[in-house]
Amino acid sequence: MTAAVLDPRAHPSADQASQWRLMWWAFRRHKLAMTGLVIVALLYLVALLAEFFAPYDPDAAVARHVYHPPQAVHFFDTAADGSWAFRPHVQGMRLSRDRFTLQTTYAPDPGQKIDVGFFVKGTPYKLWGVIEMERRFFGTVDPTQRAYLIGADRLGRDMLSRVVAGTRISMSIGLVGVGMSLVLGIILGGLSGYYGGWIDATVQRIVEFKLAMPTIPIWLGLSAALPMDWPPMARYFAITVILSLIGWTELARVVRGRFLSLRTEDFVTAARLDGCSERRTIFRHMLPSMVSHIIASVSLAIPGMILAETSLSFLGLGLLPPTISWGVLLKEAQNVRSIAQAPWLFAPGAAVCLAVLALNFLGDGLRDASDPYAQEGR
Amino acid sequence: MLLAYVVRRLFWSIPFFFAVSLVAFALIEAPPGDYMTTFAATLAQSGDIVDQERLDALRERYGLDQPFVVQYWKWISGVVRGDFGISFEWQQPVSDLIWERMALSVILAAATLLFTWAIAFPIGIYSAVRKYSIGDYFFSALGFIGLSLPNFLLGLVLMYIAVVHFGSDVSGLFSAEYQQAPWSWGKVVDLGQHLLIPVVILGTSATASLIRIMRANLLDELYKPYVTTARAKGLSEWRLLVKYPVRLALNPFVSTIGWAFPQLVSGSVIISYVLSLPTAGPLLLQALLAQDMFLAGAFILLLCALSIIGMLVSDILLAVIDPRIRYR
Repeated sequence: MTAAVLDPRAHPSADQASQWRLMWWAFRRHKLAMTGLVIVALLYLVALLAEFFAPYDPDAAVARHVYHPPQAVHFFDTAADGSWAFRPHVQGMRLSRDRFTLQTTYAPDPGQKIDVGFFVKGTPYKLWGVIEMERRFFGTVDPTQRAYLIGADRLGRDMLSRVVAGTRISMSIGLVGVGMSLVLGIILGGLSGYYGGWIDATVQRIVEFKLAMPTIPIWLGLSAALPMDWPPMARYFAITVILSLIGWTELARVVRGRFLSLRTEDFVTAARLDGCSERRTIFRHMLPSMVSHIIASVSLAIPGMILAETSLSFLGLGLLPPTISWGVLLKEAQNVRSIAQAPWLFAPGAAVCLAVLALNFLGDGLRDASDPYAQEGR
Repeated sequence: MLLAYVVRRLFWSIPFFFAVSLVAFALIEAPPGDYMTTFAATLAQSGDIVDQERLDALRERYGLDQPFVVQYWKWISGVVRGDFGISFEWQQPVSDLIWERMALSVILAAATLLFTWAIAFPIGIYSAVRKYSIGDYFFSALGFIGLSLPNFLLGLVLMYIAVVHFGSDVSGLFSAEYQQAPWSWGKVVDLGQHLLIPVVILGTSATASLIRIMRANLLDELYKPYVTTARAKGLSEWRLLVKYPVRLALNPFVSTIGWAFPQLVSGSVIISYVLSLPTAGPLLLQALLAQDMFLAGAFILLLCALSIIGMLVSDILLAVIDPRIRYR
């Protein structure tokens, strides 16, 4: 690693680079954060085009395929005479039922090979509920057959399609929730930090009070108060509001801290002495120098929201089926008997971990990069 | 000076308690309808005839038809006397149901806190002193995973491993023979054995973040001039470390009681539900779903009260340890 070349201070044009360019240079050196950025970008791409990336309709149930185990993709096909060809396929499975115990088992069916491929024509669907499409990112060549890369659930629905569909809700609830708490946090934190005095004292008391409340019982109480018969969209927004009500304090503290330290900076005093209006001082002079910091805190707040939604839905108080989110899917993995029979029900959990880990690394990298006083090697 | 601070701090927590009780009551009042609606729905489901007059009579008896302020006053004046009202679902006074479960919740949270400290303290020091060693990277990776893994998922995975690979059930806090037994030494030992897994599950994320805090704080101190001075004066590395920088870096451990304890208590709600532990969590959840308002209210109020007490204790401890705090 040629650290010397990538060191922003060693860069020939470092003295002319903008603040954002310097941040990008610092960020790029952080390998874990770059990995996090790529994964997060991919996850949001999947969330945006969920219908396209899901091999099947996530709600399509096939009774013959209840708890169908995962199938591995084989790339080469060998014929009886020893010749082989490149032909991606999965091994078909046959369901058999024990005559006495009625226990169902799946055994490979050697005669049956199901061809799979990228950009195949699948069952028709509507992208974002508007654009009619047939192509899917991945699927079986014959749309009437089904392949289960990570198994099927208790109704014979494809887990992969469901996890992909859950990406949209779970990843977006983090963004929307953080957006709402950011508005609250900036207003309250800004007021508190800029004006100080009794406003500051009041806001600080509110923050302290909120910090003293045990979050999970409060969430549970608030979500239990939502009527169970609300339409899915209304519930989605209600849950996001509940999550952001809990999440704003951290952001408010960050904003307040920045305002407090900036208020005494010379350039702010200069702006004020130059006769800038209060609004101009705040938005033109103070806000730009804390945007990077705020972005970093926001990206660190998203994983908390995702985890919170997952926990709430897992307990049956957050989103409810037929809405598909990772938490709703994990609710299926709630009792030991079903996970002992079908360990692939943990798949949404793996998705949660991946997303949270990637966002944490991304946020860490952003925070380090946005700190102009960061020391080398810390 | 210290005494004045403690008294002022105690005095400050009174309005907090009041606000918390108001919030708790507003929460349990918030759902549309009340327990009688749920009750009527259950009756209708099982095919019984719902007698509207009887429901109204019950409503009147429990004061459910009165305005918010009157209901709150009735409730809070009962709570002050130790009477939390009656659980509709269990047809028992709430105070008979909650105390043992609350006690187990507190034991679980306290055990987890001790576990967290016992693990995070040495690892945090190690990670800071041997910065960028293999061990440091190992624990950092472990810490990140601990932070990103939802608690309940860890619980499920451990339960899965225990059932499939060891054929044992890790749920519950007592073995079958002690479940109904009165408290005895054997029961306490049995509880200790069952506590281990929930404590590990509950403690991972707190341990992970505490390790990070400890490492960062100690790193800030390690390169200050006073450490160099002490080293130049010939103090052994170990004594130097424990006597000065570690003592200063210890502040987060004390101040974590304030936020860690409430977080542990509230985090245990989900874990207890997954592992079916007889703590406050599962009963609270059930009460919320059934709109059993006085039972749910008592739990929420007590959990909030615990949080406030945790904050109070940590503030006072901090003031004792670090005299700078008092003058803030």
